[in-house]
Amino acid sequence: MSDLLCVERLSAHHGQLAAVQQVSFSVGLAETYAIIGANGAGKSTLLRSIAGLHRPSAGRVVLDGLDVTAQSAERRLRAGIALVPEGRRLFPSLTVEENLLVGTYRARPGPFDLAAVYELFDWMPARRRQRAAQLSGGEQQAVAISRALLSNPRVLLLDEVSLGLAPIVVERIYALLPRLGNEGVAVLLVEQDVSQAMRVAGRLHCLLEGRTTLVGAPHELSRHEIEAAYFGTGALQPAAALAAHDASKE
Amino acid sequence: MAWVNALLQGILIGGFYALFACGLSLLFGVMGIINLAHGDLAVIAAFIALTIAPATGLPIVWSFVLVVPIFAIGGYLLQRTLLQASLDRSPFTTLLVTFGLSVVIENVVLEVFTSNGQSLNIGSLIANSFNPSTAISISYFSLVVLAIAVVVLACLQLFLSKTMTGRLIRAVADDREAAQLSGANYRHLFAIAAAIAFATVALAGMAYGMYTEFSFSSGSANLLFAFEAVVIGGIGSLWGTLVGGVVLGIAQQVGAQINPAYQILAGHLVFLAVLAIRPRGLFGVRAAT
Repeated sequence: MSDLLCVERLSAHHGQLAAVQQVSFSVGLAETYAIIGANGAGKSTLLRSIAGLHRPSAGRVVLDGLDVTAQSAERRLRAGIALVPEGRRLFPSLTVEENLLVGTYRARPGPFDLAAVYELFDWMPARRRQRAAQLSGGEQQAVAISRALLSNPRVLLLDEVSLGLAPIVVERIYALLPRLGNEGVAVLLVEQDVSQAMRVAGRLHCLLEGRTTLVGAPHELSRHEIEAAYFGTGALQPAAALAAHDASKE
Repeated sequence: MAWVNALLQGILIGGFYALFACGLSLLFGVMGIINLAHGDLAVIAAFIALTIAPATGLPIVWSFVLVVPIFAIGGYLLQRTLLQASLDRSPFTTLLVTFGLSVVIENVVLEVFTSNGQSLNIGSLIANSFNPSTAISISYFSLVVLAIAVVVLACLQLFLSKTMTGRLIRAVADDREAAQLSGANYRHLFAIAAAIAFATVALAGMAYGMYTEFSFSSGSANLLFAFEAVVIGGIGSLWGTLVGGVVLGIAQQVGAQINPAYQILAGHLVFLAVLAIRPRGLFGVRAAT
């Protein structure tokens, strides 16, 4: 699989705090790649750095051989990197259709237009004149993903798309990923829910306190390896930690 | 009949306040800038018209053909430089910068045009009126200004809702970072909004100069009325700005009808009452969402 997006020794800081440290990986054409990690692991900062919203302190972001590290978020979108940010971030005073039309601004040529998005989410045409703020969380997420898709990205970055949504809604959203792969879109997703990430991703990349602790295909990784990488070497998963805590009290 | 006349005069003067206030409303609604130089910009527009008309041979009333584009370009450039630089620091810095701009404009105008009162003479057009009864007088000029305010607001509404640039301006106002993720250059969009705001303030300043005498210090009072119209109507609502202007105008005229000394006070009291009862204003759509 040829590499479409390469992140090379990327570091990012929030003031003095190192949020991402020397992280490297690459995502292939039409691949789904998942970044996992606990709260504060640096996942969202990593995605924001790739999308151009956060200036990295070191390292490079390369898209199809082109170094985009110095480019603004607007130019990276035109190059083919689109981010669905955490919390949806729709424009609340705009209608559903207006939100989508904003997504078509600076769109690259490709398979996704308004009709294609309305086909993906068949409830949308009937509610296109409704303000985005009036939609449910799942519906807002669908609009946020559609808005990003309308730019016809080469790499779609999804930041915690399942957060706060009902499992059935999450299933529907993740069911879209194979279709995106068929269209040649690479997906880089950030997920706290490890089992969800393992189901949909070709490779997992675990971060702990901003550093890479594990990389591999889900079927190659043992549960123990993932737990150790997720919580820290030697750490116990929450249920086991609780049991150990209870045992110590007895 | 005198009360009916007061009501009509209030509506007419409200059109002027709305024209004055829509630029202020746009700048605040999109960028969160409270432009303390707004009134002084209007005054400078009137002075520029006063200078341009004899220099170019244009009738005063047509000088807007030059003044409005000059102001639009000036607004764009000012936003891309001074205002954007201050906005990147903090809203408070922007407040200080526009205050400084106001002081500079007043002093430059004083130096160049002296402290003498001036007016944009449009001849009999200002005096002509329609009199449906002996107690009611409707000035054609005020009617034209009201019509201009309605047309400007309608055009702005159409621009913001039907064009891609307009939608992007609203998107940037909602969430600057998310708009960047859709490819929007927020600095350019802010500058376009500023260009529109400056163009409307140029129109308002010229209307003011035709309506009454103006001098270097006339801006402050107009800023206050424009600010009151925006707050009464609701920040972020264009039609709310028109309603705010009309409510303020009616309050002033009704106050004057009771006692001429109460004219300005009545407007301020209505402004305070709206602030106390409905702080987001009558049509504060952005606050509501």
